[in-house]
Amino acid sequence: MRLNESIEIAAPRQLVWEYVTEPSNCLHFMSGVTRWEVVGEQRTGLGSRYRMLLRVGSAEVGGLIEVVEWQPPGDMAWSSVLGVDQRGRWRLRELDDGRTRVELRYAYGVAGAGISGWIAELVSAPQLGDHLRRSLRQLKREVEHERLRSDAARRRRERAAA
Amino acid sequence: MAGQATVADRARRNGAARGDRGGGLRSRLPSLRGVTRLGDGLAGFGKRAGAGLGRPVARRIQRSLAADLDDRDPDYVREQLPLLWLVMSLWFRGEVRGLGNIPEQGPVLLVGNHSGGNVPADTFLFTLAFSTYFGVERRFHQLAHNLVLAFPVGRMLRPYGTVAASREHAQRALDADAAVLVYPGGDWEVHRPIWERNRIDFARRKGFIQLALDQGAPIVPVVAIGGQETALFLARGDRIARALGIDRLLRLKVMPISIALPWGLNVGDFLGHIPLPSKLTIEVLPPVDLEAEFGDAPEADEVYDYLVARMQEALSTLVAERRFPVLG
Repeated sequence: MRLNESIEIAAPRQLVWEYVTEPSNCLHFMSGVTRWEVVGEQRTGLGSRYRMLLRVGSAEVGGLIEVVEWQPPGDMAWSSVLGVDQRGRWRLRELDDGRTRVELRYAYGVAGAGISGWIAELVSAPQLGDHLRRSLRQLKREVEHERLRSDAARRRRERAAA
Repeated sequence: MAGQATVADRARRNGAARGDRGGGLRSRLPSLRGVTRLGDGLAGFGKRAGAGLGRPVARRIQRSLAADLDDRDPDYVREQLPLLWLVMSLWFRGEVRGLGNIPEQGPVLLVGNHSGGNVPADTFLFTLAFSTYFGVERRFHQLAHNLVLAFPVGRMLRPYGTVAASREHAQRALDADAAVLVYPGGDWEVHRPIWERNRIDFARRKGFIQLALDQGAPIVPVVAIGGQETALFLARGDRIARALGIDRLLRLKVMPISIALPWGLNVGDFLGHIPLPSKLTIEVLPPVDLEAEFGDAPEADEVYDYLVARMQEALSTLVAERRFPVLG
């Protein structure tokens, strides 16, 4: 099953990129995520690994994931190492007037699970889609708030300098 | 004969000395004594019935009970997870809390209250939750009554890591750093009447405490509610079991009587039943380190009373949250 959600955020791409790739932010804005822990020494970048869990129905599903694509400030993709088969991607594209279009793609399944796997994917899709939409809305709120704060701080610094 | 060789091979792999034959195997593996008794009992029954099927059936049962921890198949568990997830999410609206209380690694003895008759849905819910939370790669074994594994359904359970309940199997699993789920109340608790559904009843069985002490494994209490509302359990039928002698023959202390789908009046529950869609909730409590809590040589009675009281308290909290039977 492949899900795809997108949103426009009134903030520059770099700011959005820094926010989504910081592991400690994931629990704040990603809906349904109950665990997002750095595994190993590397916190971010290609090859960094995280243990993540997402509540869906009666279970917290997820496992160990690894960042397999890292192209700042545009694309980050991860793939599962252990646990449920999953691939995800953040895709950030610059729009006019300093806005950013953020796309979150998520594909998941259990290879070899047969018809029950297929039905489970269908049944879980609405709940997962809802998690993705909520995550993007929460991301928009957090990043735009962050932008307002940083703009206000910059204005204060400029006034103080003047 | 080939079947017997397989039993011996498996027993050897599980720690029995080399060169053991039938008699030696029995003396070295006390867990098989009950199995042998069960097999011999069935064989005797077969002979008496003149069917001539007793021995093959007994041999087959012996084979199915000579559990090999390596029968656990993580790929099988992984492929079954979607089906389990569907049933647990849609039919039972299952909810498992506190999995973070289970130590991330090392041996753990998970001690649960047992509900649901011969269709213990909460066991499957916990298996689903454990396997998705820690990953199917983490060793997880469940101890089950011999009779469960002797039935055809036993074949489906063994790849999940289910082994016949015995001290030896539990020790071997804990030695392998596995998480082991035990239900001390066993058949006594799982068939309790519905008016005792919110009561922890381990029937003063304390073997698990010594096991945890010997293995140095923390005990993690697992409290479940809702399982005993999947049918109308009326009586354990322990007197009937004694009168029929099945307590000696099958190590079964009960002959439960319930009203359940699709049978109506269900005596024995040997073929299982269709469980009602009762909401299941499981709460995993913080681990108990027996030596840290009770000193070097804790009294089994003291630990037992403490654990049961703690689990009963948690169960009573879950009862208070529950507004309606079955609906949750």
